[in-house]
Amino acid sequence: MYRIVQRESLNASVTRITVEAPLVARRAEAGQFVILRADERGERIPLTIADHDRARGTVTLIFQVVGGATMSLDAKREGDRLADLVGPLGRPTDLDGMQKAVVIGGGVGCAIALPVAKKLRAQGADVTAIIGFRSRDQVILEEEFRAASTRLILMTDDGSCGERGNVCVPLRRLLAAVERYDAVLAIGPLVMMKFVAAETRPYKVKTVASMNPIMIDGTGMCGCCRVSVGGEMKFACVDGPDFDAHLVDFDEAIRRSRTYSAFEAAARERHCNLYKREVK
Amino acid sequence: MPNFNMTLNKHTMPAQSPSERAKNFREVALGYDENTAVEEARRCVRCKTRPCVTGCPVGIDIPAFVGLVAEGKFEEAYEVIRAASSLPAVCGRVCAQETQCEGKCTRGIKGEPVAIGRLERFVADRHMQNASASAAAPAVGGRKVAVVGSGPAGLACAGDLAKLGYDVTVFEALHLAGGVLMYGIPEFRLPKEIVRREIAGLEALGVKFVTNAVIGQAFLLEELFEEEGFEAVFLGTGAGLPRFMNIPGENAKGVFSANEFLTRINLMKAYEPDAETPVFRAARTVVVGGGNVAMDAARCARRLGSEVTVVYRRSEAELPARREEVLHAKEEGIGFAFLTNPVEIVCDGEDNVVGVRCVGMTLGEADESGRRRPIALEGSERVIPAACVIMALGTSPNPLIARTSVGLATGPRGEILTDAEGRTSLPGVFAGGDAVTGAATVILAMGAGKTAARSIDAYLKEKPSRN
Repeated sequence: MYRIVQRESLNASVTRITVEAPLVARRAEAGQFVILRADERGERIPLTIADHDRARGTVTLIFQVVGGATMSLDAKREGDRLADLVGPLGRPTDLDGMQKAVVIGGGVGCAIALPVAKKLRAQGADVTAIIGFRSRDQVILEEEFRAASTRLILMTDDGSCGERGNVCVPLRRLLAAVERYDAVLAIGPLVMMKFVAAETRPYKVKTVASMNPIMIDGTGMCGCCRVSVGGEMKFACVDGPDFDAHLVDFDEAIRRSRTYSAFEAAARERHCNLYKREVK
Repeated sequence: MPNFNMTLNKHTMPAQSPSERAKNFREVALGYDENTAVEEARRCVRCKTRPCVTGCPVGIDIPAFVGLVAEGKFEEAYEVIRAASSLPAVCGRVCAQETQCEGKCTRGIKGEPVAIGRLERFVADRHMQNASASAAAPAVGGRKVAVVGSGPAGLACAGDLAKLGYDVTVFEALHLAGGVLMYGIPEFRLPKEIVRREIAGLEALGVKFVTNAVIGQAFLLEELFEEEGFEAVFLGTGAGLPRFMNIPGENAKGVFSANEFLTRINLMKAYEPDAETPVFRAARTVVVGGGNVAMDAARCARRLGSEVTVVYRRSEAELPARREEVLHAKEEGIGFAFLTNPVEIVCDGEDNVVGVRCVGMTLGEADESGRRRPIALEGSERVIPAACVIMALGTSPNPLIARTSVGLATGPRGEILTDAEGRTSLPGVFAGGDAVTGAATVILAMGAGKTAARSIDAYLKEKPSRN
């Protein structure tokens, strides 16, 4: 089990793997996630499911290398096995009855926005996809999004590809011009989702953020993934990961996401040194 | 007439010295040797009333096994314990003997009771060291029963069902079997090797373990019956979401549930230098709560090099933790602030924890739990400095199965409702342990697992076989 059947680098720091996991694939839905461990002593890494194939019994995951654990995962090749993979966890994204929606992906968050766009298209909805990246060399999944949307707006911070600016620029335009969207679904960095929520708030458009906090068990036991939503404590692993973006305390979530940043920096350093040693 | 040992005190348990053990995660209590065990067993006077047995939630024939230890018949003693308890090496270590068997011991009226827990541990450990691989042949072709959760309730239920010839599969959400025995109770109190051996013993009986399988997500409860061919299911899903206090600052950087802190340490081994999983290390830690989980968290933080204060809103007499754990914690230099209750987590501008604002308490009338209700004292505020705060306030039952299982009745706190025999509102579905009672003890969960195993056996004997 958990064999990597396909692996592909999408850009310098983002990798896509397809893993044999029939138990996960059989019930997986857009918006749900898995937790995996690359190796026997590895950290439990939560990753939202980018795609699944029930017939083949596989799930596809897209991840960015950020710390020691994702470096270990990135070192795995086609044919290698992961130590563990559990899921599907969390609630599926609720797309019931949506006819007209904006799906926003930021950076590696596009990996999670894509299945949401696909599912909306499959139910016949009008989907405007806005995907944003820092620059041309960071762009991922452009063709996939084109196929999964009615219209695609590609943004880069430096204008090296698509339009120049962040995802809020076209969103503002759309909101001002169009009568009404059933929902805006935002998946990306916390700060991006915070600003998307700020754009849509005056229009009272239902806005959903997919939260990706630090987690351990992912089944409602450890309480690590708590998020303040409308002043109430919610647990992303069992109550989410999707929440009403107008109610999420993003500032708190941003601060909490940095709890282990010093540790992660040290882990990166350690891993890099190991790689250097291997090269010699 | 046997020659009793009338010494008033228990034989001392050999242990790592406090200064040494406060720096490592190895087991604190080292166990009796054979001579000490025999001498301690000779303190049992074989009283006719056998009060100890009534104090044991699983009804071990304590005078019989202690008598066999006194005669040096250790393996026979093991068989006596094993007939009633699925996890002797675990219970000998983690049961609150002072409120159970030992609390009722006749020798305790004058002097200390017989050290039943230490003797149980001795017998179980000696068996593990000397026993060859279990010769019991796994049952083949038995009727299929699923056990959800591999903590003490699930393991006890699985073991009893396997002995009755059922084909048992245990589903575990985490990557290792053992539940709270693996993620919750620290190595220094319950070595994980002991848990692994207990599980290997169940595997030798034919029990299958499927890790990384979340029932209610990957499989719905009804699918276990309809698609997987199970004829009965036991739900031992254990404790769920940790409780917090609902005070300002609880989501600051440096506030953790005890479940999170302990899981990082026990399951993920975050204290080892090359671990990939991080754990928060602070110069000063405050642990809120007074149960075993609070003691475990405090002693783990101590071993990570922190100064630790346990804050508890009642007085020392009401501490629900096992007495030995409180004693060990004190010996290891952990401070206690009794009659003290947090009202705010104090943070700096970056949302890092810098302290816990507390009020003093006094005890009023007894509440519904029979314990005296703590009342805040006005003008008694103070701030205890700390960069890390661990909340050990209990848990609510896990919501995953209940919310995806139509017709499974739950109580006001989300707990699965059962009758005294462990039957839920759904036919063929049984439950026990923390999922039913809310956070309780290993031995009570084990007892519930055993009760459910009997009920499942009775249920399946009445129900025609599928095959």
